[in-house]
Amino acid sequence: MLNLFKFWGGVKPPSHKTESNNKPISVAPMPSHLVVPLHQSIGGTPKPVVKAGDKVLKGQLIGEADGWISAAVHAPTSGTVREVAMHVRPHPSGLDSLCVVIDPDGRDAWIEHAPFDLASAAPADVFAHLQRSGVVGLGGAGFPAHGKLTPAPNVAMDELIINGAECEPYITCDDLLMRERAAEIVRGTALFRDLLQPKKVLIGIEDNKPEAVAAMQAAVTALGENFTVVAVPTRYPAGGAKQLIRVLTGKEVPGSMRSTAEMGVQVFNVATAYTAWRAVAHGEPVISRIVTLTGNVAEPHNVEVLIGTPMDELLKLARPHPDTDGILMGGPMMGFLVPNRQVPVVKTTNCLIAHSERLFPPKAPEMPCIRCGSCAQVCPHELQPFEMYWYARAKNFGKTQEYNIFDCIECGCCSYVCPSRIPLVQYFRFAKSEIWAREREKKAADEAKARFEFKQFREEREKAEKAEKLARAAAAQAAKKAAEAAAAAAEPAAGEAPAADARTAPAAASAADSEKAAKMATIQAAMERAKAQREAAQPRNTGELTPEQQRDLAEIEARRQAAGISEPPAATQEPKAE
Amino acid sequence: MIFAPSPFLLKDASVSQVMTQVCVALIPGIIAYAWLVGPAILVQLVIATFAALLAEAFMLKLRGKPLALFLSDGSAIVTAWLIALTFPPLAPWWMVFTGTVFAIVFAKHIYGGLGQNPFNPAMVAFAVCIVSFPAMMSQWPAVGLELRLLDQIDIIFGLAPRVDALSSATPLDAMKTALRMGDSNFDIAQLLANQDIYGNFAGRGWEWVATGYLIGGLWLWHRRIISWQVPVAFIGSLTLLSGALWLYNPAAFANPVFHLFSGGTLLGAFFIATDPVSGCTTPRGKLIFGAGAGLLAYVIRVFGGYPDGVAFAVLLMNLSAPVIDLLTQPAIFGMKDKK
Repeated sequence: MLNLFKFWGGVKPPSHKTESNNKPISVAPMPSHLVVPLHQSIGGTPKPVVKAGDKVLKGQLIGEADGWISAAVHAPTSGTVREVAMHVRPHPSGLDSLCVVIDPDGRDAWIEHAPFDLASAAPADVFAHLQRSGVVGLGGAGFPAHGKLTPAPNVAMDELIINGAECEPYITCDDLLMRERAAEIVRGTALFRDLLQPKKVLIGIEDNKPEAVAAMQAAVTALGENFTVVAVPTRYPAGGAKQLIRVLTGKEVPGSMRSTAEMGVQVFNVATAYTAWRAVAHGEPVISRIVTLTGNVAEPHNVEVLIGTPMDELLKLARPHPDTDGILMGGPMMGFLVPNRQVPVVKTTNCLIAHSERLFPPKAPEMPCIRCGSCAQVCPHELQPFEMYWYARAKNFGKTQEYNIFDCIECGCCSYVCPSRIPLVQYFRFAKSEIWAREREKKAADEAKARFEFKQFREEREKAEKAEKLARAAAAQAAKKAAEAAAAAAEPAAGEAPAADARTAPAAASAADSEKAAKMATIQAAMERAKAQREAAQPRNTGELTPEQQRDLAEIEARRQAAGISEPPAATQEPKAE
Repeated sequence: MIFAPSPFLLKDASVSQVMTQVCVALIPGIIAYAWLVGPAILVQLVIATFAALLAEAFMLKLRGKPLALFLSDGSAIVTAWLIALTFPPLAPWWMVFTGTVFAIVFAKHIYGGLGQNPFNPAMVAFAVCIVSFPAMMSQWPAVGLELRLLDQIDIIFGLAPRVDALSSATPLDAMKTALRMGDSNFDIAQLLANQDIYGNFAGRGWEWVATGYLIGGLWLWHRRIISWQVPVAFIGSLTLLSGALWLYNPAAFANPVFHLFSGGTLLGAFFIATDPVSGCTTPRGKLIFGAGAGLLAYVIRVFGGYPDGVAFAVLLMNLSAPVIDLLTQPAIFGMKDKK
């Protein structure tokens, strides 16, 4: 038996999973229309490749991946493109994004597709295929899967973790997927294993899903894989990637570390493994997903639904009670109320909860913080939420960063336990977005400064060049006069002319040389001046730094240099300018 | 459409629940107090509660805060009960009243009300009163003083003369006074044999009141209203110091058990030093806070000029709490080997 570790904190809210996990996955009927947002994953927004009036087939590419971190988007069924236009995204911001609206023709006719020839493919080809098939993390973040399938350089890949923890209350889509389609998840896991070459493969499932654990174990055994299926203690947020890594391996991946691969571990959601396998074995892109319909409904259950299905149409399948006053996408701990009920299901829509005041009573009025520390007791990243709250409230954002606000994963445990009913996570989101906004402003200001400095430098240089041109003209004038004088002197005695020529030619040459030197010197001086100005403008708060800060600064400097932004463009372009 | 931020699920917890549980945890001690020392404490509890709610309502009104919301949070009642339990049981009504009003108005609301007070309001009231009315704050009834409840009420409300029997010393005080006499033949053992003042292992009667606080405190810990660090460190440091001196000279220093069950030790360790608002919040900070309060309480009660040292010990540690917190920030997830 694998030795399990604990993560600090966490909470045990009522799970509400039994409402929806006792019925098999059903298939949703064809919706009246589909609104497929192009931006459904982290990274570049795919470029639309269809236009209004186009006929599309099921599985046809409609959005082409833009850049490495981006994934393609496909038509979920056959039909006609009604429009490519801006529609509200299922996102708390309520902002619009470019969507392809499709009117289904009812035939649901597939585009020609074939299994991917895995045997003769290089890893790069597999990555390209997954990207082309739109395989992204379906656990919530929507990170393009191929971007996580490359081991970090210099770090051995120890563990590949398949996340079936599903720790949020109400959600059961992964549970049902594991129960019904375990073999394909395991095959997808094997695909990831072949690409990452980890030392071991762990499949983590919360122990409140014994059927899923059994199904996965049976599939692993049946397929002869040596993956370890682990039932992890049920405690929210055990399904957070970093928490699951901690529980299964004991490793703590710092919040500041972008990729867990740097610690030799990579995590994928079970549904991601499933869709990756479908993409490889059947050539099917990601055009549907399992969604849990639950909450204030008469018939909570899971459905397989086409991406782009409007949420209100979908939720009707579960027969919401009349007092439903909103739709919650995701779980009740980290989910959000969608901006309107017509927003579409996207790749990361794992659960729709019909919201009502009966189910989620309005919060009691906020009281002052009594520093009881309950929030710190449950914070899985071991932060001091009440301190961050204090400073966020005071808009002292520097202090919130000292208390590591960016390590906060917004899991909501602190708000869940707070006896003063303070919406702590809201305060942290506010502080984070304020800090980001300020950083953007600062960056813009820095860029403006760099532009200004370059302009100044250019003006200096032009002035120098002008002065030099004048000098050259004056010198040429002088040389001409001298030559004329010489010619005049030589005229009476033509015999002396060659001698005179011999005398003036070197003089002219040396004049040109000195001109060139003078020009070089002025340019040099201008460069020196610009450099001195630049240095004078450097921040002066770098005097008393801890070794740690100095190291950080050195790293930043190295990165800047690597990116070629260390020197303002003026200096590097200077030689060419001459 | 409605708007609400995540999380949508909330645990059933509130400030008033926390405060109510603190009050419930005080009940075993109060029962022992009323039974063994005298029912007058119940009258004092009522006076203090009344004064606290009155002052709270007045200040909330003044500050334009919702009355019902804050009056029902129970924090003023906790302060009131701690004041009643730390003042002498037959103290005149106006002293308990004044102390409580001072605590609510000055120690709590002037600083911004609930959650903002740097000092424990009940201990501020105690300190203010012991400095202002040292004599009356030192008049403790002799246990076994047979007085009917009505007579006790008469004394509290000044309707009967404050008889000499009231001005008995506390067990701690008696010991210190004896020590101060400089009598070389003095022996703690002889003193403890005085069954008028001393019981089985500490002050007569008071030892069971302290046991009641211990039971209530352990329940609070069991309910996770308080964490273990402060009581353990408080009791630990006080036991270590008193134990060391007792081993060094058992004739002149009382044993640790006596100190644990005397004065405000257990009330302080479980109910006063654990106040989250004015105390430390980090795990290591709580240990330092508790240990510091325990040490200071012992030093003040044994070598200082006051009958007990818990109030001043807690106030002094309240002063240090922000700095202790700042210096004891725990390493966060993933950064433990980098600190």
